[in-house]
Amino acid sequence: MAKLNVNGRVIEVAVEDDTPLLWVLREQLGLTGTKYGCGIAQCGACTVHVDGTATRACATPVSAFDDTQKIVTIEGLSPDSSHPIQQAWLALDVPQCGFCQSGMIMAAAALLAATPRPTEAQIREEVTNICRCGTYNRVIAGIQRAAGTGTAG
Amino acid sequence: MNAIRTPTRRGILAGAALGGLTLGFRIPLPNEAIAQTAAAPTAPEVNAWVVVKPDDSVVIRIARSEMGQGTLTGLAQLVAEELECDWAKVTTEYPTPGQNLARGRVWGSMSTGGSRGIRESHEYVRKGGAAARMMLVQAAANAWSVPAGECRAAASVITHGPSGRTATFGSVAEAAGRLPVPTEVPLKDPADWKLAGKPVPRLDTAAKLNGSQVYGMDLTLPGMLNAAIHACPVFGGKVRSVDSAAAERMPGVRRVLRVGDYAVAVVADTWWRAKTALDAVTITWDEGDHARASSAGFAEVMKTALDAPQAAVGNRAGDAAAAIAGAARKVEAVYSYPHQNHACMEVMNATAVWTPERCEVWTPTQNGEAAHAAAAEAAGLPPARCEVHKIHLGGGFGRRGAVHDWVRQVVDIAKQMPGTPVKLIWSREEDMLQGRFHPVTMCKLTAGLDAQGNLTGLQMRIAGQSIVAGIFPQNIRDGRDPVVFQGLNAASNEADIGYGIPNLLIDHAMRNPHVPPGFWRGVNLNQNAIYLECFMDELAHAAGKDPLEFRRALMRNHPKHLAVLNAVAERAGWGTPAAPVNGQPVFRGLAQTHGFGSYVAACAEVSVSDAGALKIHRIVAATDPGYAVNPQQIAAQVEGSFVYGLSAALYGECTVKDGRIEQTNFDSYQVLRMDEMPKVETIVAPTGGFWGGVGEPTIAVAAPAVLNAIFAATGKRVRDLPLKNTSLRRT
Repeated sequence: MAKLNVNGRVIEVAVEDDTPLLWVLREQLGLTGTKYGCGIAQCGACTVHVDGTATRACATPVSAFDDTQKIVTIEGLSPDSSHPIQQAWLALDVPQCGFCQSGMIMAAAALLAATPRPTEAQIREEVTNICRCGTYNRVIAGIQRAAGTGTAG
Repeated sequence: MNAIRTPTRRGILAGAALGGLTLGFRIPLPNEAIAQTAAAPTAPEVNAWVVVKPDDSVVIRIARSEMGQGTLTGLAQLVAEELECDWAKVTTEYPTPGQNLARGRVWGSMSTGGSRGIRESHEYVRKGGAAARMMLVQAAANAWSVPAGECRAAASVITHGPSGRTATFGSVAEAAGRLPVPTEVPLKDPADWKLAGKPVPRLDTAAKLNGSQVYGMDLTLPGMLNAAIHACPVFGGKVRSVDSAAAERMPGVRRVLRVGDYAVAVVADTWWRAKTALDAVTITWDEGDHARASSAGFAEVMKTALDAPQAAVGNRAGDAAAAIAGAARKVEAVYSYPHQNHACMEVMNATAVWTPERCEVWTPTQNGEAAHAAAAEAAGLPPARCEVHKIHLGGGFGRRGAVHDWVRQVVDIAKQMPGTPVKLIWSREEDMLQGRFHPVTMCKLTAGLDAQGNLTGLQMRIAGQSIVAGIFPQNIRDGRDPVVFQGLNAASNEADIGYGIPNLLIDHAMRNPHVPPGFWRGVNLNQNAIYLECFMDELAHAAGKDPLEFRRALMRNHPKHLAVLNAVAERAGWGTPAAPVNGQPVFRGLAQTHGFGSYVAACAEVSVSDAGALKIHRIVAATDPGYAVNPQQIAAQVEGSFVYGLSAALYGECTVKDGRIEQTNFDSYQVLRMDEMPKVETIVAPTGGFWGGVGEPTIAVAAPAVLNAIFAATGKRVRDLPLKNTSLRRT
């Protein structure tokens, strides 16, 4: 049994303690916007916010959480896709297949929350998520646009 | 119509606990879908391609699969261009393979590979839009009792010129649908396009920003169970015995099953429980004949084949052997290119429900019809009793097109649990070990230069794996795989060599390892462009000539190849020194090729530190696809292709030891990340008169342009990929 605070609601789920947070979100809570990509915290497709920090949910057991930690998933980032990152992504058509983009957006949003005007070097260093379609340059432009630091777009 | 309209999670998970989900569009549930397939379409169609609803919203049917490459938007643009509808009212839907079968393949091929989505279907989809417009106009003209020739359509409104009367598409759609489909359907001159050819935003972006886009992995059906699978890691091996006693006692586990004779699956209430229980199953394998196979062992086979007397000829002119024998100077080099995994971000997955009467499958696929055929075969049912619902793909790259091994597996599992929907998801490890791999090849290039440094003869001996032999062996004729010569053909308008070489022999000594091959984004163009373009660079240096000028001298009769090469050279500033970056001198390399019908070239700019650290600063890329349907999406494809191509060049390698692939996840199979991503400047230069693809061709120029720039920077010629295996440190 785990008690979690997800997207502003406290809920209890009956799962084994070692179940990764990712699979609780996807299978118990139906929040499938958070993706499984590797299961070993390499690719970042499972990135969520835990108290505002980008966290890879696939390699963190649910027992590491209680309801004092605020977990936010892509579904809870904004009520209407109005977060500046989501708006910049829309303006620049960042996603291709889109599978990695939930994690990419959550990583980008956490970066901006901590560093509102990141340099390009900081963006490249901080956002380590994998995208196989190859959206990286539009991701960089999107973060710069949301931060008001870019020349793109 | 039970097609899936880029479904969002709202439809599937109505009533979910979190996220403020409301009921919206729904994916048909199994029983309902069975009923709907037999029923009439729910909205009247004007024709197979176009549905106009009374509220004037337009549904354009898309037969090809969207996997990120933007074909859904591009094809919709082409239909809408001819339809003259209001683009703001356009949505799309996939017809199902079962419907395509039932209607005599009215939507044509569903295959989405070889960068063919648009170039192969543009004419008939445009005719679909044009025919629908003609029918809508005719319906309005009939209502007004005026000649159709006096009416015209624009932005979903039909206007009768003389009287100024108007009618919306929606008001006449039902009548239009009852009219005969016109046989003479003229198309616009692309020069008159208003919507096609424009950089309009994608139609499928919004759902990818908030988690609502449903991928195959996200599908949920009532009563559904989840399966994890483990197939014999040695290709061709079988299950000898299974001890599942511990796993069967684990929470949530319903069944431990054999899948065929080569795999074991656990079915549980959740996937995580299935996967955890599968880890607790002890499987003893009969590893078969390849238990000791290795990459090193197969490399020896290929090396021997480099000089084998028998080989299938791909391109021949003059007498290359004689020209080289008589040349003032002979240059020779051997290159190699490894196995690689597609590594789609979304691992293979599918959901199926099977009964003795019917089988339905939901899966991300690049070829709905091939998935349908695989499902029917595995189900043991006639195709008419099976259906496949295509779900948006989390990447395809060729993995989800020709071989539907995961579909066969899920049907095999579902067949053992009749009536219960089962979703099979591969672990990343399973996805890495059970890939359909980029073929492994080597190439020996031998050339003769005359006293002035002119190329007088070239031999290219490719040795190694054939994709076609592995997947479509019936297409091998006299030992010849036609696809293996991509980019090296004499004249095919598809993938031709861009040089006029008086004495030329390109042949292939086929040697197939036990590792199953697959069509991998860029296919054989990837290594062929490395082999030829890096060797051209070697020849230019051996001749003491500028690599651009050396190529130009051979390209007089290949103006389209030359035009893209010139375009990147000019934009990049070839011939002038590149500005240093952070004190490091910057060097350039060139490459050009022709593949998937398009002409492409790249100029890469790199620096290499004394310690050997490579930095790729900028790539200028040019593409001539004939016609550009959506230039901003072409730019996105080109940018993305360099991520795929550079991942391959820098890191991509699947090695075999003890018969199995050694790389199991993104820790041992590294790919390019954002910190290494160069700037990409895309030149889209359509010259018209032909239709080329854009998803793949530029991948092939990524590696050779970078390798040639590395040579310029270091004097080191890297001939074995990936680069990670070679130190660039100055010695």
